[in-house]
Amino acid sequence: MTRFSAWEVLKKGLSGNTDWTPHWRDADPRASYDVVIIGGGGHGLSTAYYLAKNHGITNVAVLEKGYLGGGNIGRNTTIVRANYMLPGNSEFYSHSLKLWEGLEPDLNFNVMHSQRGQIALFHSDGQRDAAVRRANAMINRGDDAEMLSQADLRKMLPYLNYDNARFPIYGGILQRRAGTARHDAVAWGYARGADSRGVDLIQNCEVTGIDIENGVVRGVQTSRGAIRAKKVAIVVAGRSSQVAAMAGMRLPIESHILQAFVTEGLKPCIDHVVSFGMGHYYISQSDKGGLVFGGNLDYYASYAARGNLPMKEHVMEAAMALMPMIGKAKVLRSWGGIMDMSPDGSPVIDKTHIDGLYLNCGWCYGGFKAVPGSGYSFAHLLATDKHHEPAAKFRLDRFQSGYGLMDEEGTGSQHNLH
Amino acid sequence: MRIPCPECGSRDQREFVYQGAAIALDRPQVDDDDAAWDAYLHLRDNPAGETRDLWYHEAGCGRWLVVRRNTLTHEVLGAELALAHPKAKGASA
Repeated sequence: MTRFSAWEVLKKGLSGNTDWTPHWRDADPRASYDVVIIGGGGHGLSTAYYLAKNHGITNVAVLEKGYLGGGNIGRNTTIVRANYMLPGNSEFYSHSLKLWEGLEPDLNFNVMHSQRGQIALFHSDGQRDAAVRRANAMINRGDDAEMLSQADLRKMLPYLNYDNARFPIYGGILQRRAGTARHDAVAWGYARGADSRGVDLIQNCEVTGIDIENGVVRGVQTSRGAIRAKKVAIVVAGRSSQVAAMAGMRLPIESHILQAFVTEGLKPCIDHVVSFGMGHYYISQSDKGGLVFGGNLDYYASYAARGNLPMKEHVMEAAMALMPMIGKAKVLRSWGGIMDMSPDGSPVIDKTHIDGLYLNCGWCYGGFKAVPGSGYSFAHLLATDKHHEPAAKFRLDRFQSGYGLMDEEGTGSQHNLH
Repeated sequence: MRIPCPECGSRDQREFVYQGAAIALDRPQVDDDDAAWDAYLHLRDNPAGETRDLWYHEAGCGRWLVVRRNTLTHEVLGAELALAHPKAKGASA
């Protein structure tokens, strides 16, 4: 594998870019591994990477039923931030953001991490009070937050409609360290890093069964044969219920569709990530120039990876209400990601009641920014059987016990409320 | 997506409010154990394929419906009044 550097890019460029070699092997499955990770998406690949890098565990296979990074890491809106308020979530996303900040030199891979800043708008005095409280919580955690007045915002974001009759803009919370990253590159960078440390990345390998004897996991059945494993990790947000069912488990997960949209490429006009919570709408501009924006769930259980028209209409209305200039742009594509929705809107990184079977799921809409932190903490749990401190509250049993729920929106721990 | 309401006929999805899996009709008894309540409140089959879920016809007849749908295709396969569900007998309309 070639190490990337300015010199290497120049040298390969001068020779017509013809002598680049593949950056990971297309491995075939072996008969047994120390750890089998089910799911070759962002979280599975980062788990494999940190298992190898932090814990020296390299006899690891990542099993992916399709191609690497072909699931939700290819179907999101690429936003990276750490603006959570509740204990449990806030330390986890804070840790994840710190990992993002060192990710490119760590992976020797350009994930196009761009800390362009995220602005969350508010529209009333009451919301300003709530925003100040959230910003203080972010600062207390050691992350950055600044309160912007309407006058500040008018200089930074002159294109917003500040005088909307229903939601006049009073100001916003700015987190300068928030931003975006190139989603595919994150998967590729972790894949390359894991492979170079000896992890087998096995594509077109669908898990069809989980072998359990006397409450202990023994391995998995796959479309490419049986594979024995001392530990099995389920990291398949979007399909968690199906894979967990192979181990006889029912999860506190309902799968929902979340739509996103991108316009044709335009010259730079939106320099930040802007969140319009009241309209369930947020937007940023990709490096290719497309305006990438999204809304809320369609709000019915779905695995269709595409949504229906009512939510599309709602998102377009919110876009027009917030930034009338967007009416001149043409929408190029829309797509849907399949969200593992948990009752309290927060994820799970935990052991299961089956020895050697571990679970990472329930990322709701927060999965992309969590990729580094999730892999780091899940690898720690897999390697040591102890919860990693920043993710120690992501327990599977919190719903049954009612202890340690992380209901960030304050709406209640119930399936149809997040 | 259109839902065939038994009272009102085929109506636009926007007239309905989604509540969730039809497991909500199988409420445990008050003195059932934690596991039964956890299964009812939190755990879901969450099928990729045919499912049964509850929708409320807010902008129509005000009835609760059990809708059969395919979660992979968004095809709506049928709907019946939730009152027709055996566990719902005796509930108020």
